[in-house]
Formats: sequence, C-alpha cells, structure tokens
Amino acid sequence: MGSTSAHTNEGLGRRDLIKRSAAIGLISVPTMGFLSACASSDSGGNGKVEKGTKSEKNPLGVNESAPLDFVLFDGGFGQQYAKDAVKVYETNYPKAKVKFTPTQKITTTLQPRFNGGNPPDLIDNSGAEQMDMGVLVGQKQLADLTPLLDAPSIDNPAKKVRDTLRPGIVEMGQFDGDPVWIMYYAYTVYGVWYSQKLLDSLDAKYPETWDEMLAVCEKAKKKGIAGWTYAGKHPYYVPFSLYPMIGKVGGREVLDAIDNLEPKAWEHPAVKTCFEAYYELVQKGYILKGTPGLDHIQSQTAWTEGKALFIPNGSWVENEAAKTMPADFDLAVSAPTGIDSSDKLPFGTIWASGGEPFIVPAKAANAEGGMEQLRIMLSEASSKNFTKSVKSLTAFNGGTDGIELTPGLKSGVAALEKAGQNVVNPRLQDWYVALQKEKIGVAGIGEMMAGRATPAETIKKIQKYADEAAKDSSIKHYKHQ
Amino acid sequence: MQHGKYRFIVGFLAAPLALYALFVIWPFVQSIYYSFTDWTGLSPEFGMVGFDNYSRMLDDEVFWKSLQHSLTFAVVLPLVTVGLALFFAFMLNVGGRRRKGAAIAGVRGSSFYKIVYFFPQVLSIAIVALLFQFAYNPNSGAINSVLKGVGLGSVQPDWLGDPDLALICVMVVLVWSTVGFFVVLFSAGMASIPRDFYEAALLDGANRFTTFFKITLPLLWDTVQSGWIYMGILALGAESFAVVQIMTVGPSGGGPDYSTIVLPLYVYQKAFRDGQAAYATTIGVALLLLTLAFAAVVMKLGRRERLEF
Repeated sequence: MGSTSAHTNEGLGRRDLIKRSAAIGLISVPTMGFLSACASSDSGGNGKVEKGTKSEKNPLGVNESAPLDFVLFDGGFGQQYAKDAVKVYETNYPKAKVKFTPTQKITTTLQPRFNGGNPPDLIDNSGAEQMDMGVLVGQKQLADLTPLLDAPSIDNPAKKVRDTLRPGIVEMGQFDGDPVWIMYYAYTVYGVWYSQKLLDSLDAKYPETWDEMLAVCEKAKKKGIAGWTYAGKHPYYVPFSLYPMIGKVGGREVLDAIDNLEPKAWEHPAVKTCFEAYYELVQKGYILKGTPGLDHIQSQTAWTEGKALFIPNGSWVENEAAKTMPADFDLAVSAPTGIDSSDKLPFGTIWASGGEPFIVPAKAANAEGGMEQLRIMLSEASSKNFTKSVKSLTAFNGGTDGIELTPGLKSGVAALEKAGQNVVNPRLQDWYVALQKEKIGVAGIGEMMAGRATPAETIKKIQKYADEAAKDSSIKHYKHQ
Repeated sequence: MQHGKYRFIVGFLAAPLALYALFVIWPFVQSIYYSFTDWTGLSPEFGMVGFDNYSRMLDDEVFWKSLQHSLTFAVVLPLVTVGLALFFAFMLNVGGRRRKGAAIAGVRGSSFYKIVYFFPQVLSIAIVALLFQFAYNPNSGAINSVLKGVGLGSVQPDWLGDPDLALICVMVVLVWSTVGFFVVLFSAGMASIPRDFYEAALLDGANRFTTFFKITLPLLWDTVQSGWIYMGILALGAESFAVVQIMTVGPSGGGPDYSTIVLPLYVYQKAFRDGQAAYATTIGVALLLLTLAFAAVVMKLGRRERLEF
C-alpha cells in the first residue's frame, strides 16, 4: 500500500485532481448518456401503406393486405379482450398480418419509436408509464379519429359509431376544437366502494348526508372497524369521491373552474366544506390506522378483509381485488355522500368517465387499420366480451343485456342510472397529470388525510400549485368548452 | 528505445479512445446540447430556447428540494457507511482479544460475520428495496410488528408514509445494502498492513482505539478515500434512484410531500412521465456538476502525505 508513491512524494497534484475528478464525473452520471440514447433523429415519415377501396364492408378504406401493428397496455384488464378483437380483424382481412404487442412499459417501448417517426398503428396508452397525451397532441403526433366516429357501426350500418357511444366519451377525446384524438375504450365508475354485507351487518344503509356518514363511522368504530381507508401512498385516489362531492355541494361550475386553472378556484366555499368534512374523518379517528403508509393493493386488501368500511376507488377494483375478495363480499359502489339537503346537486351525483385511452399516431403506416381495429372493438360483441371477462363497462352504450353482471358491475350500472344527467367528469387527471397526482394528490390531499395539514393550509398549498401550473408555459393548457 | 514511442502509444490508444469518445463523451455533449432546446422526448421535432430551461430550473422548488436531498445523501451516506464499515472491518481483522499466541486477530466468529455483512451485496437493489417496502408497511410490516411484539404497540410510525421519517428510512436501506462491500474492501486493505506494526503497538501497550487511529486508519487512507468517492457517487446516482423510486410513495416515487425526491429521480420523472426531456437533460447537467464538485471536494479534503512502509 502506498509503496508506489516513491517518486510522487507530494501526493495528489492539482492536475491529477482535475483529471481524476473529470474522469469520475464522466463515468458517474449514467442518466445523461441514458437520455441521449433516445437521441432524436428524424428519419422522416417512412412510407404509409396505400389505402384500400372503400366498400360497405370496409367503410374506412383499409388496405386489406397491409400489416397492422397494435401495442396494448397489459394492465388491470389483461390482454385477452384485445386478442379476441384481433382475431376478428384477421378473419375480416385474412391477408393482413397483425403484430400484437402487449406490454406494461408503454413509454419505454414507444418513446423511441415516436422519436424515430415509425410508431405503431394503434396504441392503448395506459398505465403507470402512460405517455403524456397533452404533449402528444401539442406535438401533432396523433391522428384525428373523426373518420372512425363517422363510419357506420358494425352492428347497425345505419348508425354511426359516434351514436353508439356513452355520453361524454367523444368530448373526453377532444382537447381544443373538433378533432378527436383519443378513443377511451373502458367506462369507469368512480365513487365510494363498500361491502353491502358488512354494511348490513352494522344495521346501516349507505349514508346520504355527512352527519349520517359520521354516525355510520362511529357505529363501525365501536365494532373495531375503521370507517375509511384509501391508497395512502397514492392519495390521488381520494379525489375519486372527493371531487364529485365538491361538484354535488357547489355545482359543476366549481369543478370546471378548477379544471380551467382559474385563480382562486380552490377557495370556493364548497371546496372548503368538503375538505373539512374529510378532515373530520381524520380527526375523529375514522381512518384505518397506518393508512398513509399503504399502497393501493395493501389498502384494498385491508378493506376486503373487513378492516375498513369504505374506500374511494374506480370500477377496476372488482377485477384488481378479486383475489382477496371473499365470495360473499357483495361489492357495491355509491355516489359520494354530500353535506345536506342544501347541496346544489342531488344525491347520486357521480364521477364516471372513459378509461383505457386508445390512440392512432399521426405517423402510423396503417392508420386506417388502427381505426378499423377500434371499430371492431366497439361492436356489441367485443364490448360484451370485455364486460364479461374483466368486469368493466365499455364506451359502447349498453351491451350489458343478456350477460350476468357481477355484484360490483351491477351496482355500478345502477349508480349510473340513478345519476342520470348528474355525471361529473373532472379533467385534471388527464389534462395535468403531474399537478393532479403529485402536487394536489400526494403533497396536498395526502398530507391532509394523514393529519399533518389542516384543510385551510391544504387549500392554500393546492391553490399555489394550480397557479404555478397556470403560469407554466411548458405545459399546454386546456379549458372546458 | 525511445524511437517511435509515441506512434506505439497512439496506435494502442486510438481504438479505445475513439470508443470512449463515441459512447461516453459524445452523449454528454449531446445532453448538454439538448438542455438548450424544448425537446419533449415524444416527437423528433424541437427548437432552440437558449437558457430558458436553466432559468426555469432555478425557479423550480422541486428541483431545489431534490438537490437538497441529493446533497444530504452525498454527505451523510458515505460518512455513515464508510464509518460503520471501518469499524466492522477493524473488529473483524484486528479488534479481537489475543488468544493462542496470535498477535492480532478478529473477534470471535469473525469469518461468519464477514459473510453476514456481505450477504446483502448479492441481492439486487430492486429486491432489497421491495423487501424493505414490505418491512416498512405500517399495518402488517415486520418493523411495526416487532415493535408491537416487544410491547411498544403505541409506537407505530407510518415510516415511508411520514415525510419526517421517509428520507431516513431510505438512507438506512442504502447503508444496509452497501456496508458489506466496504467491509470486504477495507478487510483486504487491512490484510496488507504488516503485522509487525501491530505487534510493536501491542508491545508498547496501545489499546484498540490508539491502534485504530494511529496505525490502521493512516495506512488505509487511500482505500478509504476511494471508498468514500465511490459511495458518494452511488448515493448521488443509480442506487438512490432505484431505492427511492421503488420504495417511496407518489405516482412515480418521491415520497409524501416531495420528502424523498432526489435528482436522478426528478430527471426520470421529467423525461419519461411529463414529456419534458430537454428540461430533464438540464437537471442532468446540474447532477453532473454536483458529482464533479463532490469528487473535487473529497479529493481536496482527503489530501494527505503518503506513508511508506
């Protein structure tokens, strides 16, 4: 050790220092080289396939022998439903080869392809690695789906695809003006989920006012059951019941103002009232102990084990929690509890909206094929197949007749019927992902629900985040029409 | 024999240097170039925006938070890890009581401990992070269960769910998983220190402390310094990213109220979640400068006279 220093007695020289630290620096920041690995080189839009001839059977003019490249997010809904739809495409166009790629890593798989200008023809852009839709639209990377919406539907050629969809689906796929960039395939009901059996055993019914809510929670607490739990590590699940509650108490305009990032939108009295109501749950100890440290699966498991009564969630929970849910759980969903009869909208106001966004890239070689595949998926047969196998509704309106609905799905359909026109659809989570999930969700509501911030502090903090997002020129801004 | 020396050297170095330039230096140059653009990472089109990304970064609260956490990592982690590893290595190799005539020896069972310490090193950092995520589960995790078991049922922290504790929880995991490597490294260093030094010290009546500070540490200094820098770079770069991303809460990690966000994670979020690849490269440049500064400071502070033996 050290014996090699015979001729450099003064140790490390200044030059050596610089040289060595430069060398260390160069090998030490892999993130940089990593980023450049996806170096953008515009290889130019490679040849699009030729269009086929339009016919009654082929209204979009699909090239019958062109290959189709389909990338699917393989998440909560699995991949079988899409495989089944691909089979139909292959039957209709026997000369076409379909390359079907299910993956959980949407961004990792597709970012380089977008940068290289050779994206696939159809993408289910979903999951934790979802690509930012706002950016994709802003950079003109998506194809307008209007031809698909105006094409005749598979089941009834007299009807356009557009007219077979649930209300709100088409609008959700628009950003500014007419073009429709996204086709949401699943239809999600958000709200308060519970076990009807557990609620019955408490001799209670679902509370419609906040006083009733507190009473039910107190009753449960006496039996050693917590009133609520939620995905503590992902507190942006709380808005699934909190936002529609704000809409119910203060009216739709409050939610629209929030989505539009209007100044002082969060300072509306309805927001304050609802935040205080939820904070009361915290203060009275109605939240399952340890909840802030649980992730979504852990909290759902605690809930299916009967440790907590209510959980804010979306309709995918029936499929996702199926493994731990007892057979006699009797899953039910309800629209959020309001404050009292002075609320602007009636009890039953619920958040429902499209899920599983499908997109066709602007530079896709076979865009018509991608849209045709979507048209097949929006047929009654494919929609029924989806609902039956993954317990969720689709964008196709109806298609639930003649199949036996699971308890959660049945309850979701009932909740939608009860809601009627009172369906709200807050857009923060698809317009401003970082703001909704990380800032409002984790840093704002998450801290309040963990009891570490008061409603007043939280509102101030969230308003500041919203103002920053409104000013931030690197984000594209949207408004309700 | 000097004839053609340079041609010889150049001939041998050209290929590796070219590879190095292509795969290491060029990406850096490119990244720095991209930090002056508005590239989203989702399309091939971009334009130059000058210093916009940099001025935005200086106003970005989350950037300052992640910088602060990364700095904490770079200062605290090497200190704790290297300190612990030195202590363990000393006890394993020198710290034992004399028995059976051996002048220096480790504590009883030291060969067993060596394996135990090194064991976490064979696990992938992703597995370590997952294991600890389960252990930290406030509801049914091992740590809170142990607390309950020993009668501390009233002390049930939320661990990773608590902004005051989350950062410490993450650091503990990193120490746990890396300390074994340094124990082995320092043990190897200590093995090359001549035994007569220790025997002489013992004859002079030196105790363990004096032996450690007067003999072991000075003779081990070069190894300690390298270990220090290596640990600091781990703490600034890949390891901290993996642990924070996997273990802590939030849409893609970062802890409650940004309590555990670190620079590499922020780069990742901006590039692959928010579609702001150019801004991400800007933060990457900041991380590069920080790493360079760290290495320079450690080298400067660690400068000492070399000892010969």
